[in-house]
Amino acid sequence: MDVLTPTTLVEALRLKAEHPDAWAIQGGTDLMVALNFDRARPERVLNLNEVRELRGFTRQNGSLRLASGLTYAEIEHGELRDELPALAEASRTVGSPQIRNRGTIGGNLGTASPAGDAIPPLAVERAEVECASVRGTRRVPVTDFITGVKRNALEQDELITAVWLSPSRAPQTFMKIGPRNAMVIAVVSLAVAADDELRACFGSAAPRPVLVTAPRDEASSFPERVAEAAAPIDDVRGSERYRRHALRVLTERALKRVLA
Amino acid sequence: MRVSLTINGERHEADCWEGESLLFALREKLGFPGSKNACEQGECGSCSVLYDGTLVCACLVLAAQADGHEVTTVEGLAEGEELHPVQQAFVDAGAVQCGFCTPGLVVATADLLRRSPDPSDDEIREALSGNLCRCTGYAKIFDAVRAAARS
Ligand SMILES: Cc1cc2nc3c(=O)[nH]c(=O)nc-3n(C[C@H](O)[C@H](O)[C@H](O)COP(=O)(O)OP(=O)(O)OC[C@H]3O[C@@H](n4cnc5c(N)ncnc54)[C@H](O)[C@@H]3O)c2cc1C
Ligand code: FES
Ligand code: FES
Repeated sequence: MDVLTPTTLVEALRLKAEHPDAWAIQGGTDLMVALNFDRARPERVLNLNEVRELRGFTRQNGSLRLASGLTYAEIEHGELRDELPALAEASRTVGSPQIRNRGTIGGNLGTASPAGDAIPPLAVERAEVECASVRGTRRVPVTDFITGVKRNALEQDELITAVWLSPSRAPQTFMKIGPRNAMVIAVVSLAVAADDELRACFGSAAPRPVLVTAPRDEASSFPERVAEAAAPIDDVRGSERYRRHALRVLTERALKRVLA
Repeated sequence: MRVSLTINGERHEADCWEGESLLFALREKLGFPGSKNACEQGECGSCSVLYDGTLVCACLVLAAQADGHEVTTVEGLAEGEELHPVQQAFVDAGAVQCGFCTPGLVVATADLLRRSPDPSDDEIREALSGNLCRCTGYAKIFDAVRAAARS
């Protein structure tokens, strides 16, 4: 195994083009588990921790650019809390302080787990993922970026460099069901936002995220619509039926919060 | 590969295999066995260290990533023979049974009290939510944290 540690984005993209098989590592909270348990033996690891351009966030003409290395702790404690309340709520539910200090939104998108907690709040804000390579950059809506369970739309030579969004400022919330208040992989999760329209996206209830929308005056049928849009499975964490039921209940509760 | 890092204020170097964790390097190569290895998947917190001043699980940092960075382990908390106030409080409160979780909890508590010298019970619960203890039932650990905050 080889570890490549670029210090600039240009160098990182060049290395990824030269070694398309290299696995990126940011916080390592997913990848290190795979390495420690011998579930992955990549030939090369591309350590992005020293690339300054992949840290923090910036603003451009009313849009926010969240760099791929933005951590949950930074979202939870910093000024983004007010602009992206659902993402901040979701960040607070991730793992433990240790995990939130290291885990990043880029890593969450890279892993593309149906339970990824950053994904529903980003989807209801219609966020786009910036994918970059030596060939250039492109933006893909979050809901298209995740193509299936642990699959995403990245090309072999691409890296996730950022997430773009224009904060809607809509009242919004995130909810997550699990056996404990910390260290929980969602049984189901849900983000809901309400302005002229109602928007919802769920986690752990379908192979890929779906953005469910409805006019604001259709709030009464919205919980059913969200539950129907899901395609949950039976697994160790919950049954298909429970998940659909929970989505209905969570949507009702979320609407009470955001329409209040 | 050669990894060079600062541990508890002193420069150290080790030859590491590219796939090994900072925890493995600390314990097996660098002579810092204080951080404990239990789950290797970020669940138990017994490997907690401060990494560039933030609390992390050393099992989830690639040793190679730590090159050029600063680590504080539980060994770096005491001043010579004098225990760190958090360590002393754990001893006095009887918050240590088998002791396996203790180094991680001590580091996490020291980190909490540095940020928030007089934490509420909810804050304590939240700050220690990534550290598991199989023995104590946590009550004495809470006593220790409150006592350390007072001292
Ligand atoms: C104890 C524990 C609890 C957890 N709890 C939660 C939880 O509650 N909710 C949740 O959603 N997740 C949870 N996770 C999973 C994990 O913390 C998150 O998915 C996190 O966002 C991963 O980010 P990272 O930077 O650590 O990723 P890494 O492990 O560094 O990378 C993850 C994946 O993304 C790829 N990748 C990383 N960066 C890039 C990039 N820039 N471009 C392309 N690919 C990239 C990597 O190759 C790898 O496949 C938990 C993990 C642990 C160990
Ligand atoms: S050994 Fe690192 S968290 Fe358990
Ligand atoms: S004292 Fe034994 S695990 Fe905590």
